Amino acid sequence: MIEQLRKDFPLLQNLVDEQPLCYFDSAATTQKPQVVIDAVNQFYHQENANVHRGAHTLSAQATTKYEAVRDKLAKYLNVQRNEVVWTKGATDSLNLLAYGLTNILGQDDVIVLSPLEHHANIVPWQQAAEKTGAKIALLPISKEGVLDQSAAIELIRDTKPKIISLCHASNALGNIHDVKQLIEASKPYGTITVVDGAQSFMHLRPDLKALDCDFFVFSAHKALGPTGVGGLYGRYDLLNNLPVYQTGGEMIDTVSFAGTTFRNAPEKFEPGTPNICGVIGFGAALDYLTSLNKNELLAYEQSLHQYLLTRLRQIDGIKIWGDNKNNIGVVSFTYKNEHHFDIATLLNSYGIAVRSGHHCTQPLMAHLNITGTVRVSLAFYNNQQDIDSFIAALMETIEMLEE
Amino acid sequence: MDINQIQSKLNSLKGWQAKYREIMLLGKQLPALPEPLKTPDAQVKGCESNVWLHLDLDESQQRLVIIADSDTRIVKGLLAIILACYNNALPQDAQSIDAYQLFEEMGLIKHLSPSRGNGVKAIVEQIKRQVEVLQ
Repeated sequence: MIEQLRKDFPLLQNLVDEQPLCYFDSAATTQKPQVVIDAVNQFYHQENANVHRGAHTLSAQATTKYEAVRDKLAKYLNVQRNEVVWTKGATDSLNLLAYGLTNILGQDDVIVLSPLEHHANIVPWQQAAEKTGAKIALLPISKEGVLDQSAAIELIRDTKPKIISLCHASNALGNIHDVKQLIEASKPYGTITVVDGAQSFMHLRPDLKALDCDFFVFSAHKALGPTGVGGLYGRYDLLNNLPVYQTGGEMIDTVSFAGTTFRNAPEKFEPGTPNICGVIGFGAALDYLTSLNKNELLAYEQSLHQYLLTRLRQIDGIKIWGDNKNNIGVVSFTYKNEHHFDIATLLNSYGIAVRSGHHCTQPLMAHLNITGTVRVSLAFYNNQQDIDSFIAALMETIEMLEE
Repeated sequence: MDINQIQSKLNSLKGWQAKYREIMLLGKQLPALPEPLKTPDAQVKGCESNVWLHLDLDESQQRLVIIADSDTRIVKGLLAIILACYNNALPQDAQSIDAYQLFEEMGLIKHLSPSRGNGVKAIVEQIKRQVEVLQ
């Protein structure tokens, strides 16, 4: 099945420097299947028009197609269509949220985050805390970078946070968090719960009704879709009560110089011409993804992950960080005192594309007492051959470094 | 090795692994910067890895003396190449040295494009800025 699916991704067939590409950077952005590329292409060839305005046929068609993707997304996440807002991506969604929730914060109120968060789920809250005098409390994690679940629940009980914002899966280490249990633990305190689903959206296909979070953010490009588009889910009353973030056309009800009234969510958060083509491309990505069996794909990714771990553990001096049991398929490692940049650069000369660095998680790296890692992130379009090529290249890389 | 020797050596090597091997070897030959000189002031901003660089003029001849170090093997090797371009040059000549051009000629640009990753761009700009201050 996988060999068939790989053919759907044209870029994976390309040679890089005359070598077959082994793409292990899906946590940064996934490759795109032909159907997504075709949808984007077809939109500009045959369908391009602005949405929500104009009486002409093209505009009506574009609007229908664009809004149909909102339905697909709502179905994918098991929420209502008016609960999803199109944004530029997870970062944009988190900024919208932190801005919108600033006015519920007061002096010494607590925002709970974890040290595993991406900078995009730290800095906007830090800004909100600075403006309001609120404090940030961090959930405890182990030396290896694994969340201590029972201590986390205790911290929630002790701090009774106003807001808790956590990644469903860590981008740097791949750890999957039991956010459902933490959300439950925060219920007695009326905490607003935010889940950063950038890494979980494709691999775990979360059911947000089951997760019971108040808000959820994600990026389309990490789930086979185009860059520059993503979304925010919000429980409708909470979402609709957020103040407007950016203003302009399309999000207004009436405008006069005496004053302006706004539309309800989701429109009130979607000013200006949206990323129409991005949304339509993402619609094709959702169709493609949902045509594949969720459990089969996940089981396959997990088996690849286990294979990768087994092969890496056979190499002396490799240190693997994070939770290797509950993981979306990311291996973040260091080798002795060798610099992650050197390892990644040498791997690249064998056609192996990995990420190296701090992965936009500097506080996590400081906690682990390292400057960065080499990150191998898998997707269902990887195969065992990719991993074998990677291990062979890594062995040669190590040899070169130790010459 | 002077820059011409480095250039012909790298040009003669086939394949990226061989080139990287040579680059790392050049890095190994570059003396390590003593820890007290690895100050925040000396750090080159805009590099993903740590790079420290000091630049001064040789008192008798008024030529450039640059010492530098990095915590990665490859960037240290690239520093060795960059230093070979600039060291011993007269400050007024340094501004016209085009390190990118040299990297291009050595066929290094494709992998080692002037990016944040290897910091070549940031290192060269820092040298040029400091030379300007000297003049």
